[in-house]
Amino acid sequence: MLDNAQMQDLALLVRLDVIEMIRAAGSGHPGGSFSSVEILVELYWNVMNIRPEEPRWEGRDRFILSKGHACPALYSVLARRGYFDPTELMTLRKLGSRLQGHPNMHDLPGLDASTGSLGQGLSIACGIAHGIRLDDRKSRVFCLLGDGELQEGSIWEAAMTASHYNLKHLTAIVDRNRVQLDGPVSEVMEIEPLVDKWLAFGWDVIVAEGHSIPSLEKAFEHCGEAPFPSVIIADTVKGKGVSFMENTCLWHGRCPDEDEYAAAVREIREGLS
Amino acid sequence: MNNLKATREGYVEGILQAGRENSRVVVIEGDVSRSIGSASFGEEFPDRFFNLGVSEQDMLGEAAGLALEGFIPFVGTYGVFIAGRAWDQIRTSVCYMNLDVRIAGAHGGVSVGPDGATHQALEDVALMRVLPNMKILVPADSNQTRAAVLASLEADGPVYIRFGRNPVPQLYTGDEKVKIGRGNLLREGNDVTLVACGAMVSLSIEAASILKVKGISAGVIDMVSVKPLDRELLVGQVEKTGAVIVAEDHQAAGGLFCAVAETLALEMPVPIDIVAMQDSFGASGSPAEVREIFGLTASAIVEKAEKILHQ
Repeated sequence: MLDNAQMQDLALLVRLDVIEMIRAAGSGHPGGSFSSVEILVELYWNVMNIRPEEPRWEGRDRFILSKGHACPALYSVLARRGYFDPTELMTLRKLGSRLQGHPNMHDLPGLDASTGSLGQGLSIACGIAHGIRLDDRKSRVFCLLGDGELQEGSIWEAAMTASHYNLKHLTAIVDRNRVQLDGPVSEVMEIEPLVDKWLAFGWDVIVAEGHSIPSLEKAFEHCGEAPFPSVIIADTVKGKGVSFMENTCLWHGRCPDEDEYAAAVREIREGLS
Repeated sequence: MNNLKATREGYVEGILQAGRENSRVVVIEGDVSRSIGSASFGEEFPDRFFNLGVSEQDMLGEAAGLALEGFIPFVGTYGVFIAGRAWDQIRTSVCYMNLDVRIAGAHGGVSVGPDGATHQALEDVALMRVLPNMKILVPADSNQTRAAVLASLEADGPVYIRFGRNPVPQLYTGDEKVKIGRGNLLREGNDVTLVACGAMVSLSIEAASILKVKGISAGVIDMVSVKPLDRELLVGQVEKTGAVIVAEDHQAAGGLFCAVAETLALEMPVPIDIVAMQDSFGASGSPAEVREIFGLTASAIVEKAEKILHQ
């Protein structure tokens, strides 16, 4: 297990990968990738029971990236965790690449589902959780949702199902960065009060600081204690780590130019210990 | 062939048999299990039966998740809702991942009669046919529906099975197997080939009998496998007759007619006509009345066949 300082460095390295990948691709989604970084790093290094050398191992914990556009961050985490060679990261979005613009599980080892159309991941995660229970296996299921994504009605269908069937081995994480493609979530279509909504749907709700490894660690430790599914509402910052990308919808899906790229890399590198 | 039975009964027999023979078979329902009959699966296999309430989108996502864990989910509800409301889930979560999900579209075509236009699935085959990896079976009677359910177990990737509500004549004894990609030649003919699926198959046989009296030799193909289409059978018969009438309980756009026309346009262009819904919604009425109003009848098939031969 890595200590807190190592985990923070890892998060910065993932951010560097993401900016390099998006620059090489000429397009991609930096904002929602950056807000998810610590959540993904915590999951893949400290929480999930996985075997990168055996990606389809039946006993593994499952992870569904419902907000599929954050895949640059996931790809970086998978590569750094040993699922594939990190040099492949620079093929993101290119013809013939296994790193598709949104995740394709048949191409790349380590992906438990293909996603990209918002609102579908939580239902898939529920189905996986049902399957694991039917087989009397012990794996846990994690699903990362965007906060804008919660505007999809299908998310709430799945939320009902998970609590109705007491899928306690399922954990959803909401990347609450409060910004979506068109602007602030509260202006586009308010989704708050989220804690009350998930509680009303019968979930165990934990609020965490989404860029704090200790806070996320505590939140994940708590999951599974209740006899119903858990949701971690992780307060994050869209574009976290590059000041001019933070808290703005302008960097939801935009590639930096050369000056912006240089400034972003400089700022991220300054944080490395 | 005169005993009547709703094709949905074959669906229930099929999933029960599949469930007994294969412990990986599970059923996902959307609050219509008493209507389409799958509730009996839940009574026999309560652990493998999930009623998710009125939530078609969630049903398909759940099915994808269960299939990812090696189960074979049968997801059933009315065709109009499952193919329409959950289309994006079927596209991305099922077809893109090429998962072994079986989708049962009940109440296909105007068979649901009195419920009216909102409940008559007339676009479902078109919606499913455009999806890569999807296979489509439209059985003609209850026995064939059971066989279609069992055939779907052998398939790789998703299968859509469409069946109806009102009783139709039994054409098959129950011994015949359904093979994905294969149709059945039910009548040999030399003058015109009638290609039909689902409820229109028995009407096409009736039409062939009427045509015979009029001195016209009409062949009948039951194209139970709408996708992939039985190209070989179709082209082989059309080579002989040189004229085709397609009959389907579905919009003219996108369904069996288009599948047949697309194939023949490239491989054997011949005169072709259609008996189907012509770009309109259905209406309330008994199934027979609705068929009459919209021209989905044996006499309409006869009329089109005579017309095409006199061109």
